[in-house]
Amino acid sequence: MSERQIQLEVLRYDPETDREPRFQTYTVPCLNEWVVLDALNYVKDNLDTTVSYRWSCHMAVCGSCGMMINGEPKLACKAFIHEYPDQIRVEPMAHFPIERDLVTVVEDFITKFASVKPYLIPKEDKPVSAGEFKQTPAELMKFKQYTLCINCMLCYAACPQYGLVPEFLGPAAISMAHRYNQDSRDGGRDQRQEVIASHEGVWECSFVGACSEVCPKHVDPAGALQQVKVASTIDWYKEHLMPWSKK
Amino acid sequence: MSRNPYVREVPKTSWFFRQPRYMRYMAREVTSFFIGAFSLLLVVGLKRLSEGPEAFQGFLDALRGPWGVLFCLAALVAAVYHSTSWFNVTPQAMPIQRGEEFVPGKMIVGAHYAVWAVVSLIVLFMGI
Amino acid sequence: MEIIQTDIAIVGAGGAGLRAAIALAEADPKLRIALISKVYPMRSHTCAAEGGAAGVIKSDDSLDLHFNDTVGGGDWLCDQDAVEYFINEAPKELLQLEHWGCPWSREPDGSVAVRPFGGMKIKRTWFAADKSGFHILHTLFQTSLRFPSIRRFDEYYALDLLADDGRCYGLTALEMRSGEIRHFEAGAVIIAAGGAGRMFPFTTNGAIKTGDGMALAYRAGAPLKDMEFVQYHPTGLPNTGILLTEGCRGEGGILVNKDGRRYLQDYGMGPETPVGQPVLKTMELGPRDRLSQAFWHEQQKGNTVSTKWGDCVLLDMRHLGEKKINERLPFVRDLSISYLGMDPVKEPIPIRPVVHYCMGGIHTDINAATPVAGLFAAGECACVSINGANRLGSNSLTELLVFGRKAAMSAIEHLKSAPGSNNASALAAKAQESEARIRALFDKSGAKESISGLRNEMMHTLEEGAGIYRTGDRLAATCAKLAELRQRYADIEVHDKSKVYNTDLLQALELGSMLDCAETVAVGGRDRKESRGAHQRLDFTERDDNNFLKHTLSYHHPKEPPRLDYLDVVITKSKPGVRDYSGAHK
Repeated sequence: MSERQIQLEVLRYDPETDREPRFQTYTVPCLNEWVVLDALNYVKDNLDTTVSYRWSCHMAVCGSCGMMINGEPKLACKAFIHEYPDQIRVEPMAHFPIERDLVTVVEDFITKFASVKPYLIPKEDKPVSAGEFKQTPAELMKFKQYTLCINCMLCYAACPQYGLVPEFLGPAAISMAHRYNQDSRDGGRDQRQEVIASHEGVWECSFVGACSEVCPKHVDPAGALQQVKVASTIDWYKEHLMPWSKK
Repeated sequence: MSRNPYVREVPKTSWFFRQPRYMRYMAREVTSFFIGAFSLLLVVGLKRLSEGPEAFQGFLDALRGPWGVLFCLAALVAAVYHSTSWFNVTPQAMPIQRGEEFVPGKMIVGAHYAVWAVVSLIVLFMGI
Repeated sequence: MEIIQTDIAIVGAGGAGLRAAIALAEADPKLRIALISKVYPMRSHTCAAEGGAAGVIKSDDSLDLHFNDTVGGGDWLCDQDAVEYFINEAPKELLQLEHWGCPWSREPDGSVAVRPFGGMKIKRTWFAADKSGFHILHTLFQTSLRFPSIRRFDEYYALDLLADDGRCYGLTALEMRSGEIRHFEAGAVIIAAGGAGRMFPFTTNGAIKTGDGMALAYRAGAPLKDMEFVQYHPTGLPNTGILLTEGCRGEGGILVNKDGRRYLQDYGMGPETPVGQPVLKTMELGPRDRLSQAFWHEQQKGNTVSTKWGDCVLLDMRHLGEKKINERLPFVRDLSISYLGMDPVKEPIPIRPVVHYCMGGIHTDINAATPVAGLFAAGECACVSINGANRLGSNSLTELLVFGRKAAMSAIEHLKSAPGSNNASALAAKAQESEARIRALFDKSGAKESISGLRNEMMHTLEEGAGIYRTGDRLAATCAKLAELRQRYADIEVHDKSKVYNTDLLQALELGSMLDCAETVAVGGRDRKESRGAHQRLDFTERDDNNFLKHTLSYHHPKEPPRLDYLDVVITKSKPGVRDYSGAHK
């Protein structure tokens, strides 16, 4: 097993003692198959117990360990050391306030996510005792991709629009609304449209596409947002040109 | 209170230099300027046409001058870049599902190029 | 200390905690619910479950079959009244999730699809590709957002339960972002804080699974039950311990040794079945304990493949083909390629058994109630017990739904019948005590022990003594070592002196929880002189129903090893018999 020394530059910020962030460099002996998270854990266990960061599953599904790695939003558990030079810089996710070291304040995302009603609003009333809502594999495929979002927020760290306009609802929240809108069992689109088809909603998106490029789960939030735009535009034309077609 | 979250400001005017993908995005946005300018040029051309044959001939002569040619070339390059950058993202905005599968993105992009080529040929044909 | 008043506090916001919170909110919108978790809900380890959730829905299946599979799979250590309740509720809960939007995989006609799983006589595992736990967790989290009465306290670490007169009246918790300690006054507390797999060095469990909920209840006087039963999942990636779901075998993947032999036929799970045509309850679809034990024997015989990560056997899925793997096992493929650099479509994947699940946990009755009044538990941290000596794959996701809801219902009943505490000052004093304990740990300096050092020693002694096969001697040595570590734990130091998001302090507390749990595993195992399910003793190789058809109960003592007691298993209709996973069964 090949071993390699890397210089891990970690952004440090202790709100109790620091006025602004600084970088601290650790020399870490790494196995080539390691991910950046392993290097951080090495630091925490052997070099400096005071470094703070979030992590749990180490298999890219819990969404805890999002951070900027050499300037790119990444899950630390899926950023392989062998893909990086000997100098690796880790910073907290961009566009979020830094709570401490690599830990960010993410309340803004949580609030926005909740605001889009990301849950099934059933089209028809049906008691559980009457069995499942039928849904064909094709109907499932229509929205399946958007269910894969792990809420890691890398898309927010990548989205320049979110950085410039903090009111923007952002990629993950809107694509989750789209996920439910596309679900054959759901009838809640009108309720969600009030939130997502607004100025701070989908129309703040200028389709940079960065969210989809960094998404570790290939959810393609950018695609979802454009689809919401197309559907909202069709709504507008229907309402203004064909008022009789209103439901 | 021990908390004191640190907010990193995003530079309002230079943010797009931070990432190659932001630069690509800005290139797509900036090229739209040429498309707008060329449309404006067509409007001017129409106006000249309405002012009589001489005025229109002057307009055409200006277009054939070195600045005119340069501008048209630049606008063409910009328009091609702008259009292709949009064509390439159409599968994201307009996915087409057939049964369980989605039509491959390449086919949707390809269809756009095909339509583009056909329309260009028609325009070219009408121009001759 | 800020006091937060609530009716019911839930510790843990994974599958069980969220299910409980929703059940409470649906039952009575006026109930004040505090959902306390050391991580944001969607980080909870439920998200890592892959294969699926068992529940009888298809017409060829029956509740009796699910009952028999579960009880036999658990080597008759399950409480059968609890199992019966569980299998009855299971389909309703899974359907409820469907109504909440869970993207279950489907049959062409639009009905929910089921897949085969180990130890099950009939296909009954509902699945959402191979991210079932992930989808269950997110469906629950997202559904919970509908209810304004669920007040979340994300990234709060529960410190101590506050009990008075044998009743639980709330808890203290550390707000990670500020370092402040809060006092939650509650009429009832539900613990749903997951397992403790991180006690072991090689585990599928995420970093957060440190047995905090178990230790919380244990220190407050509730016994931990059957902790010696720790499940090794037979198919983990050898370098990281990342799980490859049992669904791999359910879909037809096979296990072979270095000679290409499907060795399971040599361990009572044969005869060999045709490749790509899995037969239920046979060969690769045997239960997890048997498969992991078979690996151990192959290793002893020198039949394993040696890799740079240690001895392995091979999981071969190539015959399933790319299309099926992409449709049914996309995550498995992604994980294998990313973390091992091997594609299951093209090559067999080396795997080895890995610590996966705690069958044991906080002792509860069939109502999810612990012996401490007002304290309830559900999910992996609890032991009802429906899992007995070996949990069947896909029962745990269902369990956290069924008993998450049950804990909520029981807590509501408790609130109706129980008077509030009239001894506020005693509780306030206990909260102060809790704060002082943390303050002392935080302020201490000049200590000699390192947290990661102790943690490593704990992990390795536990693997040494309480692995797949155990002996009395090794278990005794592990008990002694853990007792020593418990002493040395008093001498650790938190070097990080910041109050904000202090993960050094968090790890110190988590280590304390794990040490508490680890001791119950080792002591329980040492004194269980038989082999049953996941507890296999080389010095007592047979199951001993005369002496050990019993649950082990471990009671906490602050300065000494746990005190053990035993409780009879509830047998209603299935007398202990032979676990038959050979093709001979019908």
